[in-house]
Amino acid sequence: MSTGLPVLQPGLNGWPRSAADFGETLRAHGMELQAATVDTLQVNVGKLCNQACKHCHVDASPSRTEIMTRETAAAVIDAVRRWRIPIVDITGGAPELNASFRHLVQEARAAGARVIVRHNLTVMLEAGQEGLPEFFRDHAVEIASSLPYFLEERTDAQRGHGVFQKSLIALRRLNSVGYGKTGSGLTLDLVYNPVGAFLPPAQASIEADFKRELMNRYGLVFNHLYTITNMPIKRFLDYLHRSGNEERYMRKLVEAFNPATVDGLMCRNLVSVDWTGRLYDCDFNQMLELGVDPELPQTISDFDPKKFVRRRIMTRSHCFGCTAGAGSSCGGAVSVSSF
Amino acid sequence: MAYYEEDDLQRFSEIAKHRPDLFEKFMSWYQACQEEGALSRREKALIGLAVAHALQCPYCIDAFSQSCLEAGSNMEQMTEAIHMASAIRGGAALIHGLQAHHSVEKVSM
Repeated sequence: MSTGLPVLQPGLNGWPRSAADFGETLRAHGMELQAATVDTLQVNVGKLCNQACKHCHVDASPSRTEIMTRETAAAVIDAVRRWRIPIVDITGGAPELNASFRHLVQEARAAGARVIVRHNLTVMLEAGQEGLPEFFRDHAVEIASSLPYFLEERTDAQRGHGVFQKSLIALRRLNSVGYGKTGSGLTLDLVYNPVGAFLPPAQASIEADFKRELMNRYGLVFNHLYTITNMPIKRFLDYLHRSGNEERYMRKLVEAFNPATVDGLMCRNLVSVDWTGRLYDCDFNQMLELGVDPELPQTISDFDPKKFVRRRIMTRSHCFGCTAGAGSSCGGAVSVSSF
Repeated sequence: MAYYEEDDLQRFSEIAKHRPDLFEKFMSWYQACQEEGALSRREKALIGLAVAHALQCPYCIDAFSQSCLEAGSNMEQMTEAIHMASAIRGGAALIHGLQAHHSVEKVSM
């Protein structure tokens, strides 16, 4: 039976099936995807996490053993110092579980970089994480934390039983040291992603809901809410397969392609480094082991930002996840234009 | 063949096989109605969900359930919209009970 779209091509090596080619779609709009600059080094320090969220594009969990060594962390710090990289964005897994985490933050700050930590909130309650809010505060770390919804049922459905209540405790502790409070200068941003196979709502609209509900229900504050589209790879792709939603979700992403998002895509301004020191155009490509252009240096030890400016970005069908609707990035929606 | 096929929702445009001009006019109107206006996209999606239930259209229920989620509604809000449609539909049936009263009174001594 015809669906009106080309027959879907089977995905390879964990890539989603897609009715369209991302590169061809760009060309059809007279566009190409090229880096603009490198202002951010996104450092994935490993796949170890205290949670195992159903949508995780990293397949992170407590049983993962891939984790950045002190030597690789030192190479990252050397690159940040040498090239005066303005922003260091630390992610995982739960990056706090890496033994080098606090050292990495301290050295990046000492080098003058802004430091963003993708903090899952609940890790704060794990053994060995005592004093984490104060550490964040003392180093003016900018915090970006996933909270898929302001209701327990939906958050726990995605992130695991009990996660919502633990997240509230962590948010309360962050608020208590000043995070999210007006005038404190301490940034606490939340990240929304849909609990299922649908696109996120308009960022400003759902941010207003979160601010009102988290204040009214729990007395909590934060700075901004960013919306992120679930990327059709790894654990979320497995869910799409199992639930029979893959074809429909991919069609939705392709049909919602918005050329106005392309200029603001995060890959145009960052380089991603994995736990072994290998370089990628983004954290999603990293999980698919799709490295940077083979003609460029491949590891953090050989990194030179001059060579990465205006580089060709490596793309596959999952990239439709970042260009659908208002777009998606680690900093949320990338376009406010209608689609 | 079942009377309702899930994939038919994606094949809606095949209606334009005959009198495409009419379908084009319909789509233009349909899409314009859903744009942000005096009502938000979220409010319009909830209205769409409520009407879909009142009409008991499986295609519309499927489409507007997703539209509601993508406009930021949750199941509590969507369920309230469905109850609104159902209550009004129930009330509309019940008020006709007076027609029955009138009919019975007319033929009763």
